[in-house]
Amino acid sequence: MTNNLRKWPVALAALLAITVLLGACTPTTPTAAPTPASPTQPQPSTPAPTARPPAALSGTIEIDGSSTVYPITEAVAEEFRKVHPQVRINVGISGTGGGFKRFVVGETQISDASRAISSSEKELATKNNIQWAELPVAYDGLSVLINPKNAWATSMTTAELKKVWAPGSTVKRWNQVRTEWPDKPINLYGPGTDSGTFDYFTEVITGKAKASRPDFTASEDDNVLVQGIAGDPNSLGYFGYAYYAENKDKMKLVAIDAGKGPVLPTVETINNGTYSPLSRPIFIYVNKAALARPEVKEFVRFYMTQGPKLVSEVGYVPMNTTTYDENLTKIR
Amino acid sequence: MKNGLAFQRHLKVRKIKGNVLSTLFLLATLTGILVLIVLIVDVFKDGLGWLDWQFITSYPSRKPQEAGLLSALFGTLWVMALTALFTFPIGIGTAIYLEEYAPDNRLRRFIQTNINNLAGVPSIVYGLLGLALFVQALALGRSVLAGAMTLTLMSLPVIIIAAQEAIRSVPQSHRLGAFALGATRWQVVRRIVMPTAIPGMLTGTILAMSRAIGEAAPMIAISALVYLTFIPKDPTDRFTVLPIQIYNWVSRPQEEFGHLAAAGIIVLLVVLLTMNAAAIFLRNRYQKRTEE
Repeated sequence: MTNNLRKWPVALAALLAITVLLGACTPTTPTAAPTPASPTQPQPSTPAPTARPPAALSGTIEIDGSSTVYPITEAVAEEFRKVHPQVRINVGISGTGGGFKRFVVGETQISDASRAISSSEKELATKNNIQWAELPVAYDGLSVLINPKNAWATSMTTAELKKVWAPGSTVKRWNQVRTEWPDKPINLYGPGTDSGTFDYFTEVITGKAKASRPDFTASEDDNVLVQGIAGDPNSLGYFGYAYYAENKDKMKLVAIDAGKGPVLPTVETINNGTYSPLSRPIFIYVNKAALARPEVKEFVRFYMTQGPKLVSEVGYVPMNTTTYDENLTKIR
Repeated sequence: MKNGLAFQRHLKVRKIKGNVLSTLFLLATLTGILVLIVLIVDVFKDGLGWLDWQFITSYPSRKPQEAGLLSALFGTLWVMALTALFTFPIGIGTAIYLEEYAPDNRLRRFIQTNINNLAGVPSIVYGLLGLALFVQALALGRSVLAGAMTLTLMSLPVIIIAAQEAIRSVPQSHRLGAFALGATRWQVVRRIVMPTAIPGMLTGTILAMSRAIGEAAPMIAISALVYLTFIPKDPTDRFTVLPIQIYNWVSRPQEEFGHLAAAGIIVLLVVLLTMNAAAIFLRNRYQKRTEE
C-alpha cells in the first residue's frame, strides 16, 4: 500500500517525460518528414529557368498583412521556394492595419495591403526611419450580386446603390429603388464591419469609409454570404470578385452604372478600369532598406515577373504588364 | 374515502411531473450528444477523403491538392508540449500551496478570487497580454516559447481550480491521522493528499489542454502566420498552429479548401484525443491504486 502510494512522483515524472519526449521528438522528424513531400521540390537540382547564376540564397523574409492579398503572396512564396529552397518565407494574415503596424517598426520586410498606406501609418514609418516602395500587384473587383431568380435588377446605378446602403436608408422594398421594380422586400447581405471589403465598398458607394446602414446580414465568412444570396430570391449583396468567380452558377452579377452605362465586372473591365468605381488595386509594400538583402530583392523581382500568372490562378485580376515593369524599376 | 381519492390524484400528478422532468433531462442530454454527432459526421463526410499522408507531410500551398498542414501540426505539438510542461507543475504547486499551506487570511482570499475571475477571461485578452509581456517586454519574439507561455497563463486558472477541488475531496480525517502519527506537512501532502488527488488533477489538465489546443484568437495575436515552410526546431522558432491554418482554409473561396479545413479538424481531433487518452490512462492507473 505505502509502496504504491509512494509512486505518485513517478506519475508526475512520466507525464513530464511524455511532454519532453514529444517536444524532443519534433526536431528529429523534420529531416525525415520533408522526404515524402520532396516530389514537389526536385526543381532545385535542375537549373532554374532564370538566366542568373544559381547563387544559393538564404535568410528569412517576414511578410504580414491583408488576408485578401495573402493567396497571391502564398502562391509566389510557394513557387519561389522551388527555386530557392534555402530562403524561409513566413506569411501572416494580421489584416492590412495589423500588417502595417509591424511594417512601420521594421518587424516585417514586406506588408500585404488591400488599401494604400494611411497618413498616420506613414508618420510612424518616417519616425522609425523606414522607407518603402508601394507596388500594386493585382486588382480586386467588388461584385454586387442578386439571386438568379431576380430578373429585374440586372443593372444598378451607383446612386441607387447609395440610396440602398447609405446610413439611415429607409429602403425596404425593391420598388423604392426604382418604381418599375416589383413590390417585394429587399434583403441585404454584406461583409462584416472589420473587413477591408466593407471599408472599400462604403467609401466608394456611400462616400465615407465604414458609413453603412446597419440592418443587413453581415458575415466575415464570405461563403456564408454566398449561401445567403443563393437561397434568397429577394437578396442583394456584395463581396470580393474571387468569391463570385468560384460560385458563378449560384448568383447573378449586377452591372454597375457609374454614369457611362452599365458595366459587368469581368477580367477585362476590371483590368482596363471601365468597371469603376468597384475595382481597386491591392499592394505589397517593401521596406527599401531590406532590398539590400539579395534574397528580399530576388523575391520581389520574382513576385513581379512570376506574379501575373499566379494572380489569375488564385482568382484575382492581374495588372497591365507595364505596371509590373514599373514596379521593377521602383526596387532597382 | 375522499381523502384517499385526493391522495391518489396527487400521486398521479406527482408521478407525471417526475416523468416529464426526467424526459426533459434526457432531451437536454441528447441535445449535446446529437449536435456532437452531427458535427463529427459532417466533418468526416467533408474531410475524410482529403486526409492522406501527403496532407500530413506537406506545407501550405495555393493548390488544394498539394496543400498540407505539416508546419501547423508540429507547431501545435510543440506549443502543447511546452504548455503542459509549464502548466502542470505551476498549477499543481499553486493548488497545493493554497489548500495545504496558505493561512486563511485576506491575501489568500484575494488570490483565490483573482484566480476564479481569471478562469472567465476571454482568450483574446490573454493573447494581447502575451503579446505585450512575452513577445515585446521579455523580447521572446513571436516564438513557440511565447505562444506556450501565453497558453500557460490561459490554462493555469482552470488547472488550479480543478486541482483545488481534488485536494479538498481528500477527507480531513486522513490528514489528521497522518499528523497524529507524527508526519510532517510535506509527508502528508506527498503520501496522503497527492495519491488521492492526482486523478482529479489530471481531469483538470485534460480540460485545460483541450481548451488550449483549439485556441486561434490568442495565437493570432502572438503569431498570425499561415504560410510557413519549416518545423520549429527549438522554442525560439516561429510557428503556426492548427486552428489558424483551419481558419484560413475555411475563409478561402475555393470549395476544396473547405474540405481541407474539415480534414484539418479531424487531425486536430486526433491530436486532442491522443493527448487526453494519455492523461486518462494515467488517471485510471492512480484511481485503481488508491482504491486498493
